[in-house]
Amino acid sequence: MPLIEVQNLSKHYSCGEETVAALSGVDLAIEAGEFIAIMGQSGSGKSTLLSVLGGMNHPTAGSVSIAGVPLYTLPDEGLADFRAQNLGFVFQSFHLIPYLTALENVMLPLTISKMSKAEKRAAAGDSLARVGLAGKAERLPNQLSGGEQERVAIARAIVNTPHILFADEPTGNLDSKNSDEVMGLFRELNGGGQTVVMVTHNPENCGYADRTIYLRDGLVVESV
Amino acid sequence: MKLHNISLNNLRRRKARMAFLTIGLAVGIATMVTLVTLTSSMSSDIGRKMDEFGANILITPQSNDLAMSYGGISLGGVTFDQREIREAELNRIFTIKNRKNIAAVSPKVLGGVRVQGKPVLLVGVDFAEELKMKQWWKVFGAEPKHDHELLLGSQTASILNVMPGDSLQIQGETFKVSGVLDQTGSQDDSLIFAPLAKVQRLLHKEGKITLVEVAALCSGCPIGDMVNQLAELLPEAKVTAIQQVVAARLKTLDQFRRFSYAMAFVVIFIGSLIVFVTMMGSVNERTTEIGVFRAIGFRKTHIMRIILLEAALVSLLAGVVGYAVGMAGAKLALPFMAEAKDAALAWDGGVATGAIVISLVVGILASLYPALHASKMDPTEALRAL
Repeated sequence: MPLIEVQNLSKHYSCGEETVAALSGVDLAIEAGEFIAIMGQSGSGKSTLLSVLGGMNHPTAGSVSIAGVPLYTLPDEGLADFRAQNLGFVFQSFHLIPYLTALENVMLPLTISKMSKAEKRAAAGDSLARVGLAGKAERLPNQLSGGEQERVAIARAIVNTPHILFADEPTGNLDSKNSDEVMGLFRELNGGGQTVVMVTHNPENCGYADRTIYLRDGLVVESV
Repeated sequence: MKLHNISLNNLRRRKARMAFLTIGLAVGIATMVTLVTLTSSMSSDIGRKMDEFGANILITPQSNDLAMSYGGISLGGVTFDQREIREAELNRIFTIKNRKNIAAVSPKVLGGVRVQGKPVLLVGVDFAEELKMKQWWKVFGAEPKHDHELLLGSQTASILNVMPGDSLQIQGETFKVSGVLDQTGSQDDSLIFAPLAKVQRLLHKEGKITLVEVAALCSGCPIGDMVNQLAELLPEAKVTAIQQVVAARLKTLDQFRRFSYAMAFVVIFIGSLIVFVTMMGSVNERTTEIGVFRAIGFRKTHIMRIILLEAALVSLLAGVVGYAVGMAGAKLALPFMAEAKDAALAWDGGVATGAIVISLVVGILASLYPALHASKMDPTEALRAL
């Protein structure tokens, strides 16, 4: 059974009297351990697809199942719990909390878990070490470079050992050197068995992925 | 790390906004504390003055005889020859539980005498106590200081055609008119006042008292309780509260209190609006942050807890600061507001607790909608980037 199973997924937005179809009947299956890149031009629906897969955006029609759980049959708070326990997110603009240190930012998803303080610190420390930032745990985001901030964001996304790591344009705000490092990191994580679903508009990033799904006008046009 | 760490760290980072929020609410609380404390201090100051201003408890002998009017007040069963209260029993008045509320006790002995062939009511009083109770008296001349000195009501002086310094014969004894009262519009105008002991001897009522007027400070105690306590101690006497006086005083104090509460309510309402607007602004400013929290799995209740905890911490601080500033304000303002220069500031633990509790309740209630608004934020819309 695929880890992610998407059937006939549609998402329409109302824009005044007009209805815009961001997704129009997407069918998709992603296996555990895959590294997927979702490509497409602006407005093709790739970010919408990622938010729906991530349990953050109710679809207009169709279904999304992760590990056999039909996501959008869960109540709102149940969906939040599901995200906390099973999913990790890396955002385009990192979205680190500016008043928390790197370690505290990584610990954020564990704040609501029942782990002890020491366990949380240990898990966050391990996660930071995995992205090569063990020595910068006490720095605030504004004391880190763009590449380092991205790595803190990745550490935060993997601290709860999620089933799936979602990344939205993870190299969108990075130079090519940092982009290569970050993509290498994703590859490395995937090598350890981590399922990664990444939205990107940079064709070079697709080289790191096992499979690339191309979207156009809300439809999957190609999967290679 | 726990949720409260997020709240604390955010407060530390947004010092200016949180200082503004604290000051906004603290000003409201300080105004409330100043108003309540000032009103309370002024109430007791005014209450004390009003209580000293005339009697509010009357002690008369038990009697079924006809009533006799005195100062527009009905004196139960006072007649010239009826039984009296023994003077020695009066000391018991100062043994009642609420003795601290007694401002003045003025015993009187009454008797009819003929002066220049005219019948006049002679009243024996303790001048020190009587003058304390009747602060509206204006004496032309001097108040009596010796046994053979009299104080005449204005009408009596006019009818007898005497002035301060003149002499009068009563029961064969010569008295000097030391002073004449300005017109009071009461029964006092047609009386002759003389020292209590002298009148007792003159009327052959040594050690006896016809009636006792008591001025009680009723703002701090129910007058009914004092009447009961006095009645228990003086079974021979009839103790009555002069209800209209008591009611009028309580009404005046009540109006003061209502005014202060209304003012405090308005100021607190403005304070709550400041909290609401600031918290709403803070929540909107943190849209992305809240979006991240929601995306990584924070429940709506977690978001609410973060926002409300921040509001509670700021409100607590505002309550403490507001109380301190409010009391300082009251202390500075009291000399200008109170009539008495020595009016004491009313320190009340209840006001301190009330200030902090009200600050907390107002701060949390005003933040409830912003917190709810934050918790309902859609993570995708909040993040926009997705």
